[in-house]
Amino acid sequence: MSTLTAAPITAPTIEYGELAPMLIIFGAAMIGVLVEAFTPRYLRKSIQMPITVLSMVGAFALTVWQGVRGVRSAAAMGAIAVDGPSLFIWGAILLLAIVSVLLINDDDHFVAEAAAVPGSAEEDQALSQGGAHTEIYPLVLFAVGGMMLFPAANDLLIMFVALEVMSLPLYLLCGLARRRRLLSQEAAMKYFLLGAFSSAFFLYGTALLYGFAGSVDLKAIATALSTVGGQDALLFIGAATLGVGLLFKIGAAPFQAWKPDVYQGSPTPITALMASGTLIAAFGALLRVFWVALGDLDAEWTPVLWGVAILTMVVGAVLAITQTDIKRMLAYSSIAHTGFLLTAVVATGKESQNANALSGILFYLLAYGFATVGAFAVVTMVRDPGGEAGHLSRWAGLGKRSPLLAGIFALFLLAFAGIPLTSGFFGKYAVFAAAVAGGAVQLVIVGVVTSAMAAFFYVRVIVLMFFSDPAPEGPTIAVPSMGTAAVVTLSAAATVVLGVFPQPVLDLAHTAAQSLFVR
Amino acid sequence: METAAEIVQHSGGVIGLSWLTIALPLLGAAILLLGGRRTDRWGHLLGVAMSLASFVVAVIVFFELLGFGADERRRVVELYDFLPGGTLDVKMGLLLDPLSISFVLLITGVGSLIHIYSIGYMAHDPNRRRFFAYLNLFVAAMLLLVLADNYLGLYVGWEGVGLASYLLIGFWQHKPSAAAAAKKAFIVNRVGDMGLALGIFVIFTTFGTIAYGPVLANASQASQGTLTLIGLALLLGACGKSAQLPLQSWLLDAMEGPTPVSALIHAATMVTAGVYLVVRSGPIYIGAPTAALVVTIVGVATLLAGAIIGTAKDDIKKALAGSTMSQIGYMMLAAGLGPVGYAFAIAHLIAHGFFKASMFLGAGSVMHAMNDEVDMRKFGGLAPKMRITWATFGLGYLAIIGFPLLSGYWTKDGIIEATMEHSPILGWLAVIGAGITGFYMSRLFFMTFHGKPRWEKDAHPHESPAVMTWPLILLSIGSVFGGAFLIMGNRFMEFLAPAVGRPKELPHFAPFSVAGVATLAVVAVGVAYAWLKYGRAEVPAVAPRGSFLTVFARRDLYGDAINEALFMRPGQWLTRLAVFFDNRGVDGLVNGLAALIGGTSGRLRRVQTGFVRSYAMSIFLGAALLVGAWFVVGNL
Amino acid sequence: MELYVPILVLAVLAAGFAVFSVGIAPFTGPKRWNRAKLDGYECGIEPTPQPVGGGRFPLKYMITAMLFIVFDIEIIFLYPWAVAFDKLGVFGLVEMVLFIVTVLVAYAYVWRRRGLDWD
Repeated sequence: MSTLTAAPITAPTIEYGELAPMLIIFGAAMIGVLVEAFTPRYLRKSIQMPITVLSMVGAFALTVWQGVRGVRSAAAMGAIAVDGPSLFIWGAILLLAIVSVLLINDDDHFVAEAAAVPGSAEEDQALSQGGAHTEIYPLVLFAVGGMMLFPAANDLLIMFVALEVMSLPLYLLCGLARRRRLLSQEAAMKYFLLGAFSSAFFLYGTALLYGFAGSVDLKAIATALSTVGGQDALLFIGAATLGVGLLFKIGAAPFQAWKPDVYQGSPTPITALMASGTLIAAFGALLRVFWVALGDLDAEWTPVLWGVAILTMVVGAVLAITQTDIKRMLAYSSIAHTGFLLTAVVATGKESQNANALSGILFYLLAYGFATVGAFAVVTMVRDPGGEAGHLSRWAGLGKRSPLLAGIFALFLLAFAGIPLTSGFFGKYAVFAAAVAGGAVQLVIVGVVTSAMAAFFYVRVIVLMFFSDPAPEGPTIAVPSMGTAAVVTLSAAATVVLGVFPQPVLDLAHTAAQSLFVR
Repeated sequence: METAAEIVQHSGGVIGLSWLTIALPLLGAAILLLGGRRTDRWGHLLGVAMSLASFVVAVIVFFELLGFGADERRRVVELYDFLPGGTLDVKMGLLLDPLSISFVLLITGVGSLIHIYSIGYMAHDPNRRRFFAYLNLFVAAMLLLVLADNYLGLYVGWEGVGLASYLLIGFWQHKPSAAAAAKKAFIVNRVGDMGLALGIFVIFTTFGTIAYGPVLANASQASQGTLTLIGLALLLGACGKSAQLPLQSWLLDAMEGPTPVSALIHAATMVTAGVYLVVRSGPIYIGAPTAALVVTIVGVATLLAGAIIGTAKDDIKKALAGSTMSQIGYMMLAAGLGPVGYAFAIAHLIAHGFFKASMFLGAGSVMHAMNDEVDMRKFGGLAPKMRITWATFGLGYLAIIGFPLLSGYWTKDGIIEATMEHSPILGWLAVIGAGITGFYMSRLFFMTFHGKPRWEKDAHPHESPAVMTWPLILLSIGSVFGGAFLIMGNRFMEFLAPAVGRPKELPHFAPFSVAGVATLAVVAVGVAYAWLKYGRAEVPAVAPRGSFLTVFARRDLYGDAINEALFMRPGQWLTRLAVFFDNRGVDGLVNGLAALIGGTSGRLRRVQTGFVRSYAMSIFLGAALLVGAWFVVGNL
Repeated sequence: MELYVPILVLAVLAAGFAVFSVGIAPFTGPKRWNRAKLDGYECGIEPTPQPVGGGRFPLKYMITAMLFIVFDIEIIFLYPWAVAFDKLGVFGLVEMVLFIVTVLVAYAYVWRRRGLDWD
């Protein structure tokens, strides 16, 4: 009977100071909910926006401060790792979230009354009253908090909680597009169902790994790899299903199917947030699981991820070619970029190479994040009477009617294609160089070939914009609000600066990666 | 021979701010181009201000540089890592040394004067702002070209001035001839640029770097064959930019641009970039005598060709353009001689910058007075009407023919004498060139300013406004005294020595050497013949048919015809062949591949059904696949 | 194995009780048949007529159900804390207050947005 007696319980410690950036975000989200509850409707937006932005700025400042102090520790009894990669990822997510919030702040992206049936009288009434859901701000804050916790979680249960905290608000936000309501609701529904499905895989994997290692702690799982014998089935199925959950979130093939539908249907500012923030967070979590917990199992997972990486690159690049909707094309481009990033994940496993690969991935994520947010911001500005001009044919001749906007969009596309002097070049270079150093030459060859294919559809859009005749009743270019203009400018500046003068950020990523992940 | 001084790192002071010389005009160009019509009213003033500010910075930098000991005057200002890490590690920096600062002073000084002159010259042009934007852009690019501390920076500047030149030649693009001339300049320059790029590639593979410091210091360790290859490739680049044979044909057409452009870009500065390149790469040519010999031969051939073309042109600007070719030929010749000639090459370049700019601007002043007429046969007798233009042009004219004690006398004679010691044949050819120079410049001068007026009926010549004449006066001061100042007592040679090395024995300048006297005599003969033919005698208003030689010269020595026969026609054939092959072979392959990918894409697209159940199914199957694969790999 | 004997005994007891209750009911209970009693749900309420295959039903049922789950789960957290509350000391108290405040915020939102009103 002795085993059933309670183990001695001691109060755990929590390092509030080190977790402060996240706590600020969550705290601000709660205040946001209270604002929703207790303030009159007309005041809400003017309260929510400052809370959101200020908390993000504050969290960013704290993150920077911790980076300067050189914090590298596992907080909350080892459940949350505040290490170099975490801090870099936090900083990147917060920066991109701030930029995305500026885009979200624009009035007419979100539905006035989400519960109203599309096209119904209630909806018209809500629209005419000028109402809008201000819940988006706390929802975004919760999502961002989840994004920060996800890659920092050092324990599979915390990671799962973070996954849900990140995903649930996003499911909701996806369904809030003001125009093309049905498409938006469909996207939300699909994202929710598939997300729940993949979460189940994640949880299943967690359970099996717990069965294998007797712990959900990543370090304990790593230790168990060398000490526990004869439990391969548990280990393999657990690791593989856990991987499914993570690969779903980054959108790797064959788990990529949700991406185009969801990216297309969501309100574009939310797409921007997902395409940048979620990808960064999910990559951080993926790396942590595979490198920290399963680091010694690399002989087994490397070949599997090889296949996944190749499939992802090919599917992304090939399918993007026949897309006719700009947001779907960007979604497939995101899938292809996921594949490029995976090449560096795959090519590691040896301690010495990890730092280089990690710094390359971190830089790539930041560079890609900015270009993506910028590109989606441009998408919000090209309008048809019924909303954004999604179909590519509507973009024909844009360069003649609005050379500046088309030029900036071309810049982002060139960055996606990895043309030198844009941020994309150094990102791709860093990742492929890490992959070559890790012996994955074949993978890099596939990467380069698919890059060339990808370049084709990016350049095709540029050609379409600049060398085709404009459609007679082409889309109008919305006069950007201050926020949107700032987003486009900032993203373009970041894309150019990271392309011309990447050294400081490369150094930063390198320093962040040097500590690798604390165990 | 003493080699050049060590390059030292520099920080602080005004030298540390020398990037401003580039940044200011660049900023000006950016403001004027982006500002659009809003800046029309004050755009030209901004352009002038930026150029002048750049000049002021340059002067301060110059004096600060003088403050260092002679051997410490090669200073690199690090700007930033252009391409960090990896094998190609390019740190972008500015190299301040006597050679580059000489150019900087010339470019900003003469450039500023021409900016000021252009205020008057372009006063009635609706696109004056755009003109000043391009001029600013040119100044910035040219300064980058001479200031960069590595070949890549030079290349960027090189392309930049090419672009500015293209834009300015075609400034009046509504004229088909101007548009065609711009295109021609661009295309011919591409040939040269290819050579330059090739040279830089070989430099990189040989030395592992493209910064001047290590490349030039280690040049002697490379094999002679490699150095010859590099030297010839760089020479090809230099020929393109400096309009040397065989890439000379674009310069004459380039005169379609506004006259201030001809003065600044196609006389005083840009076309001398080739000379800069050869002098800067001196150690490479020292290690490759064959390449150096080719440089001298190209120089002599061009100086003769340019002079001959100059004799036959009736278009005042084209005659001056021929003269420019010829004078740059002299510089090339000197640059090919090695350290002994470098100082003369650069001194002649600076002196030429002054007197040629002065004459071009003078020609512009004449055209301004004569309703933009360029045909000298319709000038004549302008001297009394335009005193200042006549006087300044006359001083420039005397300087270029080498009238004793004026600029050209010191610098050109220096080149001729140095060549004499090196190779008498080339030396005597250079003397003959000087004689022809005397003839064609006198012809130009007499036809324009003396003899009987042959004006069109509606011409009312008048002196130009002060904003145009003052630059002329300032430039002519340079054309009178510049040469003596630079050459006497080997002052310029001493000044340049830290940058380009010092010859074994300093040349002693004897005013009455054989070569000097012979040159004077030949020039005198040329001037006298011109006086007989164009000063005293009546000049026919329509050009006589002329002898075989005249036609030969008028047609630019059949340069265009040669280009056409040798390059254009075979090129067209090659293109047709390539197109044929491309259509049948390559396109078939590429289209097939594209169709394959596109087809795959279309088929794969159908997997994306839009049904969430099928997505979930794909996730499930994917998971099963992943687990299965894991087991397979794990149990291998 | 003997560890599980009490559980087994409990299971047998529970099953026995269930079988006994169901078995004894027909003999002891009153039998007053009517139409409503013979319907699917024998709680005495007539079922609402519905189309074949389920059809739609008001969202408010869902909201109520979800709210119940949210506040129900609170208990799961409160219970272990209540058990070990003296050992966790002030830390436990603070954390639990934070947790309850969090739930309270959500509660306040539901309340202010009239999520608790049925109509």
